[in-house]
Amino acid sequence: MIMDFKELIPQKIKENLANLNFEQSEYRDELTLYFDKKDIVKVCNFLKKDPVLEFLLCEDITAIDWARRKNRFTVVYHIFSLKNKFRLRLKADVDEEECSIDSVSSVWRTANWQEREVYDMYGIGFNNHPDLRRMYMPEEFEHYPLRKDFPLMGIPGSLTLPKKEE
Amino acid sequence: MGLEAKLNNDNFFTTKIDALIEWSRKNSVWPMPMGISCCAIEMMAVGDPKYDIARFGSEVMRFTPRQSDMMIVAGTVTYKMAHVVRKIYDQMPDPKWVIAMGACTSSGGMYRSYNVVQGIDQFLPVDVYLAGCPPRPDNLLNALIQIQEKIGRTKARDFQDRPLPELPVLQNN
Repeated sequence: MIMDFKELIPQKIKENLANLNFEQSEYRDELTLYFDKKDIVKVCNFLKKDPVLEFLLCEDITAIDWARRKNRFTVVYHIFSLKNKFRLRLKADVDEEECSIDSVSSVWRTANWQEREVYDMYGIGFNNHPDLRRMYMPEEFEHYPLRKDFPLMGIPGSLTLPKKEE
Repeated sequence: MGLEAKLNNDNFFTTKIDALIEWSRKNSVWPMPMGISCCAIEMMAVGDPKYDIARFGSEVMRFTPRQSDMMIVAGTVTYKMAHVVRKIYDQMPDPKWVIAMGACTSSGGMYRSYNVVQGIDQFLPVDVYLAGCPPRPDNLLNALIQIQEKIGRTKARDFQDRPLPELPVLQNN
């Protein structure tokens, strides 16, 4: 039985999650779905637990900084169905003023560290995250390196070095 | 040194304490292999029979800083790692020497970026800078010979009565 998941997934979401608006696009044979950020946990839960789809693997969570756009950030989720060998991309816009989105770490445990990385690099908060700390940068660092307004060589004095006695 | 010939005749010889200490010191430089990234692979090659750092008396790689004389910083030092490198350097007993191995440690190398220290001489006193990305094992041997020459120019009393550094007591990490 060959199923066309590019049609099946939007159809199943429409059937099972009523009153949920989303858009879709297809590029190079890959399906992308655009959601509102308040729906993201609901959608992820459905996609993982649906017996036909079974998106068990959260491959990556990352973000895009659009710099001058109204909704400045986009959080991107790459999820994969091991059963169907199908890859799906989810996107949700995040505003700079209210710079947070609900955490999906209750759905996929691996999202815990992936969201920490997004928080470290872009400064996007994740509501209900169990342990939202910095991943790579030191705890006391105050900036977000992958934002477009962060200079390549860093901000002088923001990272400390050990003292050199002479 | 051909000392055996002397021992056959009179069973004693005269020398300066300085010369003796400097000779023994420079032929037993125990390295602290601070292998942080890919330069460490070339540093390992130096220990194998082809290049054989044992010819220079430095085959005893000590993984505790308290037993080593020379730190080979081999690899990219990030700002986060710099504190660790410095902590290990501070634990080494005097006299001690530092080789900055490779482009990254000497100048930041190709990592011209916010997270990499642009040269470890910003927080460590470096004795020999070593060019290359990564440097060939022969080049590291050359750096060791440079260190040995530098040790040969020191006097034993240069390191006498040197105060111990006051290290901060860290509560965590």
